[in-house]
Amino acid sequence: MAIGCAISLVTQRNPLYGAVSLIGVFLSLSALYVLLAAPFIAAVQLIIYAGAIMVLVIFVILLLNVEEEERQPLRLRYLVPTAIFLAGALVAEVTFILYFVQTSPYTPSDPGSSNVGLTSNIGANLMTTYLLPFELTGVLLLMAIVGAMSLAKKMPFLVSAPSRTATGSDAEPIAVTVKLTQASQQEEEEK
Amino acid sequence: MTTKLFANGLFLLQDFPTELQISVDLSWYLSLSAILFTIGVVGVIIKRNAIAMFMCIELMLNSVNLTFISFSSFFRDVNGQLFVFIVMAVAAAEAAVGLGIIISIFRNRESIDVDDASVLRG
Repeated sequence: MAIGCAISLVTQRNPLYGAVSLIGVFLSLSALYVLLAAPFIAAVQLIIYAGAIMVLVIFVILLLNVEEEERQPLRLRYLVPTAIFLAGALVAEVTFILYFVQTSPYTPSDPGSSNVGLTSNIGANLMTTYLLPFELTGVLLLMAIVGAMSLAKKMPFLVSAPSRTATGSDAEPIAVTVKLTQASQQEEEEK
Repeated sequence: MTTKLFANGLFLLQDFPTELQISVDLSWYLSLSAILFTIGVVGVIIKRNAIAMFMCIELMLNSVNLTFISFSSFFRDVNGQLFVFIVMAVAAAEAAVGLGIIISIFRNRESIDVDDASVLRG
């Protein structure tokens, strides 16, 4: 089901259908994580990926009112050999994996014999061994929030002041900001 | 999941044996991850829509997550799952900033076709 949803994501021309099939990929992967005795990661995947990221993507698709892609014969000239080469690489990889990888003696389908995927174990490891990556992840998320907020602002950014010795340069940054504010005022007037 | 469905299908086609033991090896999960990753790469190359390209990047990240978790489960190592946790956090941050960038591009030129964004091209 994961492969079917992934192929549907790539071949759909309407990006909204592609987003729905990506949700299907996330659901099937979450089920696979449960099968692999990783219930915490499965729940986190559902909450973060299918719950937050895909909602954001669908929101952006609906906000920007993206229409379907029309067929593009111009790009297909160098795309088809690329696709064939990649498919050949994939087949080589898959045969290599299926024939040569040694499997471990354990099987993941007995969750009673291991406490690896339990939430308590992951939490304990997060707070002791992996404390530094945990804190850095928090800082990274803070940077993402600040970046997203600064991208969404409509006010003009600070224009760096050119040197005062250049002729007529004093009026330029003010003119730029005046133009930008006039453009935003015109937008508001049109609305 | 697909392998279990396939095994059940085979089970129905044959005469009923006493028991059918199908153990899902590590290599099945790795090959599924490789297939998903390659589909993601093909999607990133083919797609013209910026949001569709972003979704294929998320597909690639998820295939790598599957590899990490399958290794972590088969070798009883918790480090894989912790790394997956951090990768998910990074993907969420990248989703926020990337979609903000896409919206900013759309605000400027009214189109998210990546072929139209060719101002820097020589």
